[in-house]
Amino acid sequence: MNKLVKILILLPLLMFGFSSLNAALTIEITEGTEGALPIAVVPFDTSKVASKLSADIAQIVSNDLNRSGVLTVLSRKSLPAKPHYSSQVEYPAWRTAEQDYLVIGRVLEKTPGQYEIQFQLLDVLKQKQIIGYSLQSSKRKLRASAHKISDLIYERITGVRGAFNTRIAYIRAQQNKGRKYVLQVADTDGFNTQTVLESDEPLMSPSWSPDGQSLAYVSFENRRPEIFIQHLTTAKRIKISGFKGVNSAPSWSPNGDFLALVLSKDGDPDIYLMHIETKRLTRLTRHRGIDTEPVWSSNGQSIIFTSDRGGSPQIYEVSAKGGKPRRITFEGRYNAAPSVSPDGKYIALVYGSEGQYKIAQLERDTGNLIMLTNSSLDESPSFSPNGKMVLYASTRGDNSVLYAVSVDGRGKHKLSDQSGDIREPAWGPYNLKQ
Amino acid sequence: MMLLNARSKILFLCVTAVLISACQTGSDEIIEDSTAIDGVEQSQLEGSEVSTDTSGTAADLTVLEDGSDNSAIAFDDEAQSKADSPQVMLDKADSDIANRVIYFQYDSAKISEDSLSTIEAHGNFIASNKNVSARLEGHSDERGSREYNIALGDRRAQSVRRVLLFQGASSDQLETISYGEERPVMTSHTDDSWSKNRRVELVYEVN
Repeated sequence: MNKLVKILILLPLLMFGFSSLNAALTIEITEGTEGALPIAVVPFDTSKVASKLSADIAQIVSNDLNRSGVLTVLSRKSLPAKPHYSSQVEYPAWRTAEQDYLVIGRVLEKTPGQYEIQFQLLDVLKQKQIIGYSLQSSKRKLRASAHKISDLIYERITGVRGAFNTRIAYIRAQQNKGRKYVLQVADTDGFNTQTVLESDEPLMSPSWSPDGQSLAYVSFENRRPEIFIQHLTTAKRIKISGFKGVNSAPSWSPNGDFLALVLSKDGDPDIYLMHIETKRLTRLTRHRGIDTEPVWSSNGQSIIFTSDRGGSPQIYEVSAKGGKPRRITFEGRYNAAPSVSPDGKYIALVYGSEGQYKIAQLERDTGNLIMLTNSSLDESPSFSPNGKMVLYASTRGDNSVLYAVSVDGRGKHKLSDQSGDIREPAWGPYNLKQ
Repeated sequence: MMLLNARSKILFLCVTAVLISACQTGSDEIIEDSTAIDGVEQSQLEGSEVSTDTSGTAADLTVLEDGSDNSAIAFDDEAQSKADSPQVMLDKADSDIANRVIYFQYDSAKISEDSLSTIEAHGNFIASNKNVSARLEGHSDERGSREYNIALGDRRAQSVRRVLLFQGASSDQLETISYGEERPVMTSHTDDSWSKNRRVELVYEVN
C-alpha cells in the first residue's frame, strides 16, 4: 500500500523531471503592426560576464515587444550604434533612424551564475531617461527576467500592465507514434515548456488556479472523464470529481476556493460549484439540455456559461448563488466557450455562422459583437491577464496551432509545434511570487 | 404436423409484427420527448409503460400458442436451445446487430428514423442476454467548442441509451461516455468526415 502511494507520487514527479527536454514552441508574427510605436533595443553588454549567457536578453525583449502589436522593434542590422550606458547615447542618430524609444542595458555577474541586469528606457525626442531598473537574476531565471523587463517597458509606454512574464497551459496531441496527449505549460513566447501530464487517453480543459500554482483539468486516463487538480511544482495531484457520466469544464473561482464544473450525474450536463477543500457540491443549473463551459465573472459573483436551452448554443449568466440564468448573446446561431476579460467588460467566445467558427468579442455594455478572427475552425479563446490579447486554437491544414490576437486587432502571432496539434490554450494569471 | 408448424410460425410472426410496431410508436414518443423541457415526463416513459407493454405482449404470445398447439411451444424451445451464444451473435457479420455505429445530424442528439431499427435490434439483444453489457461512446465532429461537444456526445449517448432501456435493456447493462471531438474516425475537415464523426459507438462486453 505504502509502496503504491509512493509510486503514484513519484510518477508525476518523474514526468515533471523530463520537462526540460521539451522543445520550445515555434513562434511567428503573422499580422503586421501598423501604427505601432518604433523602439530600438540594443544588445545588452555582457563583456563582464565570464561564460556566455544562455539567453540573449535584448532579443527576448525585442520579440516580446514586437508580439504586442503596440510596438515595433528596429532590426539589429539597422541599429545606428550600440551604446550600453546613457552617457554613450547620441540622440540625433536615433532620431534620424525614426525611433521614439531606445532600450540599453548590461549584465553584471555578481557571483558565478548570479547576475544583475541593468536597463534603461530612453525617450529619443526628449533626450532623457524614462525608467531605469536593476534586476537580480540567475542562470535559470534569465528568460523570466527578460520578460519582466518587457513588462516594465510595455507598462511605461502603454499605461497597461505587461503580461509577458506569465505562462500558458495547453494540450499537445501527438499524431504519429500512436495517440498521445500531453498537458504542458510554457512561457508566453513558447519557451521553457514543461510537461505536466502525459496520457494515451484524452486530456482536456486546463484551468489555472488564481495563484498560478496549480491546474485543474479533465483526464480520460481511467477510460472516462474525471477532473484532477495538480500542483505544478510539487506535481501533487488529486482527483476532485469522478461521478457517473460527464465530469468536465473545470473553472477556478477568483478567490481560489471553488471550482465551477459540469456534471451529468443527475441527468443532462449541468453546472455545479464545488468547494475544493470539502468537495461539497452545489447545483447551479437544472435544465433538460446542455449547460457547459462555466467561467467566473471577474468579481466572482456570477457564472457565465454555454447552454442550448434556447435551441442553439448561446451564452448565459447566472448568479453564483443560483437563480434564473439570463441570456447575454443574441447575434448568430452559435455562441460558445466564453472567456471573461479581467475587467469584466468583454467576453471572448466562439461565434459560429454559415459553417465558419471564429473568435469574437462581446462588449457587455453595448452588446456589440466584434470579430477578432477571420478563419473557419477557431476555438478555445482565453484572455491574457491584462486583457489586451486573446489566445485561441485554430485548425490550419492538418494541424491545430495557437494564435494570440490583440483585442484591437493590431497584432497577431502564431505558436506551433512541429510534432503535433496544440490546442485548448489557457493563459495563466500574473505571477504573484514576484 | 408440418401444417401446424407453419400456422404457428405465422402466428408468431404476426405477434412479432405487433410488438415491433408498438415499440416503434412508443420510442417515437421518447425521441420527441428528448427535446422537450420537462424532465418528469421522460422518467415516467422510461419506467412503467415500457415494461408493462412488452410483458403484456409476451404473455399474449404464450396464451395464443398454448391454445393452438403444443408443438408450437416445442418449436420455440427448439429455437431457444439452438440460439447462438451472445459472443457468437456479436461476431456474426450479417446479423441485425452487426452495425454498432449510430450517426447524427449536426448539433443534434435526435435519433433518425433509419437508426431506430438498428438501436431496437441492439436493445432486444441486450434485453435477452443479461450477461452482456454495452458501453455507449458518444462523439461529435470537430466544429465549435470542445466542451460543448463533450456535452453533445453525452446527449447522443443518452438518446441511444433511452431506446435501449425502452427495449428492455436494464440500466446496469449500459454505460455512457462522451469523448466529444477528441476521437474522430476521420480527420479531414470535410462534410463527409464530419458526418462520420458525429456518432455513438456501441462497444459490447460479454461477462
